[in-house]
Amino acid sequence: MWSYSLRRALASLPTLLAVITVCYLLLHATPGGPFDAEIKVSPVVLANLKAKYHLDEPLWLQYLYYLGSLLRGDLGASFRYEDWTVNELVAKALPVSLAIGVTASMLAIVIGISMGIVAALRQNSFVDYLVMFLGNLGHSFPSFVVGPVLILVFAVWLHWAPAGGWNNFDLRYMVLPVTLLVFIEMTAIGRVMRGSLIEVMNSNFIRTARAKGLPMRTIVFRHALKPALLPVVSLIGPMVISVITAAVVTESVFSLPGIGKLIVNGAANRDYTLVLGLVVLITFIAVTINLLVDLTYAALDPKIRY
Amino acid sequence: MLLTPKNDALVTSLGGAVEDAVRGRSPWSDALIRFKRNRAAVLSVCILVLIIAACVAGPWLLPNAFDSTDWDAMSQPPTWKNYHWFGTDDSGRDLLVRTLMGGRISLMVGLMATLTSASLGIVWGATAGFIGGRTDALMMRIVDMMYAVPYLLIAILLITVLGRAFYLVVITITVFSWMTMARVVRGQTLTLRSKEFVEAARAMGVSTRAIIFRHIIPNLLGVVVIYATVTVPSVILVESVLSFLGLGIQEPMTSWGVLIHDGTSVMEISPWILLFPALLLSLTLYCFNFIGDGLRDALDPKDR
Repeated sequence: MWSYSLRRALASLPTLLAVITVCYLLLHATPGGPFDAEIKVSPVVLANLKAKYHLDEPLWLQYLYYLGSLLRGDLGASFRYEDWTVNELVAKALPVSLAIGVTASMLAIVIGISMGIVAALRQNSFVDYLVMFLGNLGHSFPSFVVGPVLILVFAVWLHWAPAGGWNNFDLRYMVLPVTLLVFIEMTAIGRVMRGSLIEVMNSNFIRTARAKGLPMRTIVFRHALKPALLPVVSLIGPMVISVITAAVVTESVFSLPGIGKLIVNGAANRDYTLVLGLVVLITFIAVTINLLVDLTYAALDPKIRY
Repeated sequence: MLLTPKNDALVTSLGGAVEDAVRGRSPWSDALIRFKRNRAAVLSVCILVLIIAACVAGPWLLPNAFDSTDWDAMSQPPTWKNYHWFGTDDSGRDLLVRTLMGGRISLMVGLMATLTSASLGIVWGATAGFIGGRTDALMMRIVDMMYAVPYLLIAILLITVLGRAFYLVVITITVFSWMTMARVVRGQTLTLRSKEFVEAARAMGVSTRAIIFRHIIPNLLGVVVIYATVTVPSVILVESVLSFLGLGIQEPMTSWGVLIHDGTSVMEISPWILLFPALLLSLTLYCFNFIGDGLRDALDPKDR
């Protein structure tokens, strides 16, 4: 198990390195630099500044310096925000995104799995149709349409929750964004759970359990659930990517001061270093979670041997 | 079986069907028949044709221009006057024409990005599948890597760096939407390579070229068509997200994402500005998804 985990961890390094390299080179290729100021500094001062920040070194050396600073956990300085390093901006924004993202993911997984189970056990019932209907809805009504509708109904007309903004982890401000994210994510989980549980319930060992006269609850929770959950676990990797994507939109819709808002603002301001730092950070998070999901999957699936 | 008059008629009609079958149907006409039986898919095709026709012809036929201001009708709710059937936005531009123009852009991005990403996916997947071995492993590893990347962020980075021209948006979307096609095509190529009819063709002395063009590609075409149809809505969605975030198509040009973004900022006072583009976008996505499902049912050889 340990050697397998180590091998998988090493295998995910190239992904990370590839993303960093491509993004770094892209940024390097863009014209303009931090010292293209309106006030011209003398060439000597410019050379001194460049030497200080290693800008006079060859590209590969600069790249290695950058990798080195990443390893030390330093994402660099912002092009636009004075007095702020990317790390400080991240430290302010990440808790917001995490609070929303993690809460929503947990809720989506729990609700999605429950809905899937009910839909699978009561096929063609109300819940079953609801799962299918919501699935279609989530496919065709994008988050940036559903989000404003939520605001219009629950904030503007009903005054149940604020329309947007953030107030130091005040729960009232989290309700609508979390609802939107849960809505987007839970349908996929519910559908997969439904499909896989139906398949498991039709298999031979479940028939045996029924023939033994076990009560339905025991059959579902002790026998059927574990194999049926496997496809759902493998879905969590793509779900993380989709939560990150959806979070960018959600934070824009509800104007939350999270990572997504930061990156969109950074892109709008052409704050290259900020965007690069954030992309590297989030790719790292995504790759790590994907790795964890793969390891969990390997641990759960008896068919996988290492 | 009992030969009642009713069953008799049935047998005759079945006989007719058998005669039809004897005349021979290509797999494609077979699929067409099955597709036509799917009402939702056929309806979706009709609606989609209408939408596309309106987007292409509408801006020519309607008297209003998409970027000109009607000073007498700012933030005008839908009305029959002056052809403002969808109303106007807060700078007095006709929303009907703008929505149709936006549809042109969104659909064009959707079709072009699907075309490029499908081509890339087909070539990548077919190459990996045909060559096999280490090349295959490496190429598929790259596909796996691409899946683990949070694509929207890289797309944002690309657009920040490269700029926001139409073709750059298409390229950016292409880079992150070809992987599923590559996987599917590779899988299909692998199964086809070891199929009996390919072996039979080879045994009969058919050249590799002829095998590829007569046997492999026609059999690949089914999955390619299905997945291309499913790619279109997802690509349109990515474009809309980018435009919604203010990183896609730029003013005064417009797309459904841009219009929805504009609509959300004024939805409390003038909800129709959000309503019409959002409805049209969702309707289009719905249609593409239904057609995709219909094609899957019609073309999937497993169901026969």
